[in-house]
Amino acid sequence: MPGTLWAIAEAGPDGHLTKLSAEVATLVRGLGAAAGRDVAGVVVGTPDAVAALAGELAAYLPRVVAVEAAAAATSPIAALAAQGALQAMGADPNASIFMGNFPDGRDTAGLLMAALGVGVISNAGGVTWNSGPVAEKGVFGGRLVTTSSFADGHGIVTVPLGSVPAEAAASAGVVETIVLVGAAPAVTVLERVSEAAGAVQIEEAKVIVSGGRGVGGPEGFAILDSLAEALGGAVGASRAAVDAGWIPYSRQVGQTGKIVKPEVYIALGISGAVQHKVGMQGAHTIVAVNTDPDAPIAEFADLFVIGNLFEVVPALVAELAARKA
Amino acid sequence: MKIVILAKPVPDATGQERLGPDLRLDRVAIPPVINGNDEYVLEAALRLRDAGAEVSITLLAMAGAFGPDALRKGLAMGADNAYLVSDAALAGSDARATVRVLAAALAKLEFDLVLAGVDSSDGGGGVVAAALASMSGLPYLSYATSIAPDGGRIRIKRFSATGYDVLEAPMPALVTGMQALGEPRYPTLRGIMGARSKTITTWTLADLGIDPASVGADAAASRVSTFSIPDARSAARVVKDPAPEAAKQIVDFLIERRAI
Repeated sequence: MPGTLWAIAEAGPDGHLTKLSAEVATLVRGLGAAAGRDVAGVVVGTPDAVAALAGELAAYLPRVVAVEAAAAATSPIAALAAQGALQAMGADPNASIFMGNFPDGRDTAGLLMAALGVGVISNAGGVTWNSGPVAEKGVFGGRLVTTSSFADGHGIVTVPLGSVPAEAAASAGVVETIVLVGAAPAVTVLERVSEAAGAVQIEEAKVIVSGGRGVGGPEGFAILDSLAEALGGAVGASRAAVDAGWIPYSRQVGQTGKIVKPEVYIALGISGAVQHKVGMQGAHTIVAVNTDPDAPIAEFADLFVIGNLFEVVPALVAELAARKA
Repeated sequence: MKIVILAKPVPDATGQERLGPDLRLDRVAIPPVINGNDEYVLEAALRLRDAGAEVSITLLAMAGAFGPDALRKGLAMGADNAYLVSDAALAGSDARATVRVLAAALAKLEFDLVLAGVDSSDGGGGVVAAALASMSGLPYLSYATSIAPDGGRIRIKRFSATGYDVLEAPMPALVTGMQALGEPRYPTLRGIMGARSKTITTWTLADLGIDPASVGADAAASRVSTFSIPDARSAARVVKDPAPEAAKQIVDFLIERRAI
């Protein structure tokens, strides 16, 4: 029996389907059309929230299983998502399963790998179909692109942000609702703390204004805020700025932070170490401002401004305001 | 408290990594180090000890002949001993096989807590720890930015999109952690000297009761078929003008690229 292609979706901090989940669902729909396979989505959430989420996911897929899990209020979502996906999928030994390559998606992928005994291709930026998923992924910080496939034609694939644009289907799909069964999770969420309420999430931002060591301190990030506001973007940071405690870890771009793929990435006072490059080289346009003409970032920026960010950024904010007027 | 650290020897990310003829990472060509995220959790364990807790720290790795060199550094940082699963049949193993091996190794060890980095700098899949917790029947707490054992329970802060979640579970448990745990210490000279007399026990697949046919390249679930070198970005346009003029050029450039 040819397996179904499944997309596992997740909610963002605002309670809506994440952009990445919409992209994964779009990817799966396209692969299903290419492969002549059935496609479906799964989303797990609290009984009062999951219906709306499933409705959002059904804009992208012909069939969505909404899994009601009361425990989602008090447990990490990945364990419930894995359990819910297994329940929704039933016996589907040739299924391939796709999810976002963010923390919850990666946790879900690992739990499903153990439960199903199948392989995982992770961080697959370009997925096509040839008797099974064929995945292109960047390795060694993007210096090489490899092509991988599953030995037996099916498995689990985690997909990074921005691999396909999210695009709704011509008509909305049907939603089935099931109730999660199984043992209570061992891990409890005692508290959820928001350090950046209301701030634009860097993963979702079209424009990211990012600061590094050259920003000099927490007060330096205030002028980055003004530029991000002028451009409708979010503020990011390099590891050096986060390690120095100038800005929360949730803002870090790079190998040990977030991998982002915005339209515009403005790097201010960031030297451009490999660690950082890995996180932002997928940006469509990269502008860097640095006092050091030999900063490594000059090698992968599209526009490299040799100058002092404390002079250039206010001038840029003023120039944007003048053009808008 | 007994802590096991999953410490993966990885090639030093010097930008010299390359693929071998089998299109897998050439692990022999590059000097190995302990995976960065694994060093953060080792540091977290050492800080529990610094804070006065009675903590024994065991490193566990699956690696080739180069494994002991990397583990020696973890011992020099302050870990007490190490177990290395090393067997020629393991070459080319994927995440699925790695989990099988580590689960069998954990079953031979006593522990309250297993700590691992959230992912490795070479494979980077970030799926082994979750699968291992599942196979070993351990509560799984991931993406920790702080780790606090309290009696028989473990409490962590888990990095979230907007801040953090506070998670709690009974021990034994498996926790993954990351950079936000704090900068790993450098080994002291005394630590380096002391590490020489610490024990690294090597286990083969036979010691773990694992069928060699179930691991290694032939048993891998996925295959790499080709590789290519991506197109480089074209050279940057360079602006050296004073700020007001530079600002104009940035805006013009963004408009030209239809970026704003």
